Amino acid sequence: MKILQAPFTEEMMRSLRVGDEVAINGVVYTGRDAVHKYLHEGGELPPGVNLRDGIIYHCGPVVMKEANGDWKVTAAGPTTSIREEPYQGQIIRDFGVRGVIGKGGMGDRTLAACAAHGCVYLHAIGGAAQVLAECVKRVRNVYLLEKFGSPEAIWELEVENFPAVVTMDSHGGSLHAEVLRHSQAALAERV
Amino acid sequence: MNVLLDSLLELIRRTSAEIPDDVHRAILTSLENEKKGTIAESAFKIIERNIGLAKNKSQPICQDTGSILFYVDCPVGFDQIAFTETCREAVTLATRKGYLRQNSVDSITGVNDGTNVGPGSPTVHFHQHRASTLQVRLMLKGGGCENVGAQYSLPAEKLKANRDLDGCRKVILDAVLQAQGKGCGPGVLGICIGGDRAVGYEFSKLQFLRLLDDRNPDERLDALEQDILTTANELGIGPMGFGGKTTLLGVKIGVANRLPASFFVSVSYMCWAFRRQGVELDSALGISRWLY
Repeated sequence: MKILQAPFTEEMMRSLRVGDEVAINGVVYTGRDAVHKYLHEGGELPPGVNLRDGIIYHCGPVVMKEANGDWKVTAAGPTTSIREEPYQGQIIRDFGVRGVIGKGGMGDRTLAACAAHGCVYLHAIGGAAQVLAECVKRVRNVYLLEKFGSPEAIWELEVENFPAVVTMDSHGGSLHAEVLRHSQAALAERV
Repeated sequence: MNVLLDSLLELIRRTSAEIPDDVHRAILTSLENEKKGTIAESAFKIIERNIGLAKNKSQPICQDTGSILFYVDCPVGFDQIAFTETCREAVTLATRKGYLRQNSVDSITGVNDGTNVGPGSPTVHFHQHRASTLQVRLMLKGGGCENVGAQYSLPAEKLKANRDLDGCRKVILDAVLQAQGKGCGPGVLGICIGGDRAVGYEFSKLQFLRLLDDRNPDERLDALEQDILTTANELGIGPMGFGGKTTLLGVKIGVANRLPASFFVSVSYMCWAFRRQGVELDSALGISRWLY
């Protein structure tokens, strides 16, 4: 298990390889379908959101407001990343993103952007909303909540020991491409 | 005090927070079978820990609390309109309590009003029967697995799938291949052979109401279910598509008649976070027993 402690540097991300299990400590920003489309179309990042050397988490959490007015994340697993494939490479490049957390992996354009700009894809366990919510120690802020609604907003989360697996690295390696190739070959022998 | 409202609220809470026993058993077996020290085994361990945490904390197993699908078996003369109204009320309340995520979006404006109630949400399917019992089943089906559902029209030339059971097998296994990684595996397939496009998908989802370890009474379909389960688990896709031994936890196949011109095979995929529960309600509409 490798510890990824903020700030997330290019050197740190370049040292990771497909198959590495990591634990993430620091701030991550959630962003999914609406945010990616918005940024792709030239939308401005709200003041306070800084993705440079940062991590985007493809996640639409369940967040409750507590009696004292604080937000509390009560469920927070990853959503399927491939829907952001049309936008992700550009966002990695333009905003200096170092890590993308999600599930299911992404395609060639994102893989190329990871190699070009020193970013990695970190696969969290889909459906593990409680294990991952426990890793969220604090909600620092929320942006675009009114515009996009709670699941699609940008939530600024402090995470601790957030578990993920590197499935796409900055050296062209992709576990997803590998498993697809093997499973396709295995299926061809069986139909 | 509204007894039906309380019963439905409890049904929603438990469905969202607790994996049914039959599915949990299958996940535990898969964890034991997985090769030690692999990322597949790590994935199963996190899944298993998550199941326990969600139950103990009474919180959603998965943050995507999904499409809200009620299936109601009711006696003749049952007031379906009043029941549906109470379902909508229970869903609104469950969302406020955090059993459900604010998960329903206006498809034209993109507005999420935070209630989970709107056109098509929740969906309530009624089935009248001659008995006096009232049973309510609930399925919460997340978007990740819903997105990897697929409908094939046979013949499917690219897959060399003709209009026979072997053709069905080919397209179903193709669906497994295409779903890898995306649908939060290991998953369960619900399949309908035949029907029109709408009936096909509807019947495919109904298969998820079956117990995971039941056997299809139709020998031909039973053989196909077992064959697809075995073959899929030989493909090495594994949990979350990480590679590994368990790709599917179960395969359930139903059948509907078709038109001579049509031959659809509809495949619905359910993720490992398989949320379905059911209750039988007594004459006062309190919960008299749990169905899973």
